[in-house]
Amino acid sequence: MKSRALKSKALRSLLRAKWPLLAVILLFGITLAAVIGPSVAPRDPNRQNIIARLKHPLQADRKGHVFILGTDGLGRDVLSRLLYGARVSLVVGLVAVIVGGAVGTLLGMLAGYFGGWTDDVIMRLADIQLALPFILLAIIFLLVLGPGVLNLILVLGIGQWVTYARIARGQTISQREKEYVEAAKALGQPTASILVSEILPNILAPLIIIASFNVASVILAEAALSFLGLGVPPTVPSWGGMLAESRDELLSGRWWLAFFPGVAIMLTVLSFNVLGDWLRDLLDPRSAAATR
Amino acid sequence: MALYMIRRLSQSLLVIFGVSVITFLAMHMGGDPTYLYVSERASNEEIIATRAKLGFDKPLSVQYLRFAEGLVHGDLGTSLTYRTPALPVVLKRFPATLELTFFALTVAVCVGIPLGVLAAINQGKPLDGGIMLMAMFGQSMPNFWLGIMLILSVGLGLRWLPISGRVPLLDPLLDGDLDTMLANLPHALPYLIMPGMTIAFFSLARTSRLVRSSMLEVLSQDYVRTARSKGLTELRVIMHHAFRNAQLPVVTMLGLEFGFLLGGVVVVETIFSWPGVGRLVFNAINHRDIPLVQAAVLTFSIVFVGLNLLVDLLYAQLDPRIRLGS
Repeated sequence: MKSRALKSKALRSLLRAKWPLLAVILLFGITLAAVIGPSVAPRDPNRQNIIARLKHPLQADRKGHVFILGTDGLGRDVLSRLLYGARVSLVVGLVAVIVGGAVGTLLGMLAGYFGGWTDDVIMRLADIQLALPFILLAIIFLLVLGPGVLNLILVLGIGQWVTYARIARGQTISQREKEYVEAAKALGQPTASILVSEILPNILAPLIIIASFNVASVILAEAALSFLGLGVPPTVPSWGGMLAESRDELLSGRWWLAFFPGVAIMLTVLSFNVLGDWLRDLLDPRSAAATR
Repeated sequence: MALYMIRRLSQSLLVIFGVSVITFLAMHMGGDPTYLYVSERASNEEIIATRAKLGFDKPLSVQYLRFAEGLVHGDLGTSLTYRTPALPVVLKRFPATLELTFFALTVAVCVGIPLGVLAAINQGKPLDGGIMLMAMFGQSMPNFWLGIMLILSVGLGLRWLPISGRVPLLDPLLDGDLDTMLANLPHALPYLIMPGMTIAFFSLARTSRLVRSSMLEVLSQDYVRTARSKGLTELRVIMHHAFRNAQLPVVTMLGLEFGFLLGGVVVVETIFSWPGVGRLVFNAINHRDIPLVQAAVLTFSIVFVGLNLLVDLLYAQLDPRIRLGS
């Protein structure tokens, strides 16, 4: 399909289906919050204010400042922390998927193109990793490496490579005997260039579909790890971290501390999932009925 | 079949070897692990003595061999907080975790499959839409957040269910005391429901989506049309012709799903103060008790690998294509 035709088809199907459109609008809003959040946030997300502790949503302090989503146990503004927190979730989710996707696609293509022992080694490694509940590996590595955005991205990214490697491998195997690859070889094009400029564009569609779902699951994993205290340092506001802090106030029924960050995570993840479903139906009509 | 079993068994061993290497290396990635075992004010002599005592001065390969030897003998090192061997500490908590995981898996299967079938036979109707909407949300919320919301609404608001604690079921059963287990059952269920639902919800959502698409695929097959045209009742067509064939991808998924649920318990047990391995790991993380986390991860992995092996072998027994094909 020509790329312009695909684009207009994408646009039309996006406008027709209301869920994907809603997801795109939501994601746009969340991205906007991540980018300009700091300048529109009503308060400094880390400023503690003992007098204004645990205010209900829409409750005002004595000076008449209204806290739209309330304040936490240290008197920090929940809305401001939520706006800042969008950064961590989006950055970690997207960058980890890019890292994992790049590593996985490269290894998968190598395995598929060369076969033989390259294939064996890479795929056995993939088997080992697939045979383990990923979150456990993430826990042990982050515990040793220490928390931080970079480590989080690294561990979550490396955790995802297998998915891409398996798809890229299968796709590469089905492409490598095609005429256009033969032609490129006959013309003496170097292998690296055949892989990147000939094969890669032809195997990209399924990888992009998976990536959308993957961002969703990485954001969920990041939230769980932050909840365990293995995510970003406590000085950086993050949605998972806010949920972790909400536990201290759970028994006293201060629902807003847990409710809003959870909704933020859910809407973000939901949007990526809906987008993934839509992309799959668009790019790969055959598997329209199949779900993960 | 024998060949398939041997191949599958050696694969599992390779995986466990891989896990042992990874967890071993993880311990050394943060620098010299000696410092985990000595106090912050320890003198140089003390550090050197501890290093020599624990063998951290030897080359990595030698250390790994010692680690692997211990693993074979069930020795997974010493917990830093409990000051006792780590494996027994983990194993003591294991029944609680297994109990919760099995309960969650049962919920996911017993609710997820009927919902998926219902959605498929009502394709395009509001019921289908409703179930799929729920499934979409179920796959998008952090499970521990669902747990927190349940505690706030069902536990603290309505006061219907206890928000923490446990009445043991599996421990008496493992001791061979069936009577105690049965006597405990009615008291244990209220404690199981909220954490179990919390862990199960994601899998329940995924299962119902998978069953739905698998059913839809089967329902469009020729033999289903034939069954209908020869006048069989719709119920019979769905149960005998469609659902049977839609089961295969679901069975394959169950083994993996168990591991996924096992991964989810760490966070959920913490929220509900469930006395299992998950909460143990959470506390060990907070105390930086790396050997204990290591032991728990290894135990989980070995159980997971073992279960998947079991599922695959059973599956091969059931599916002649695998049994004969190899």
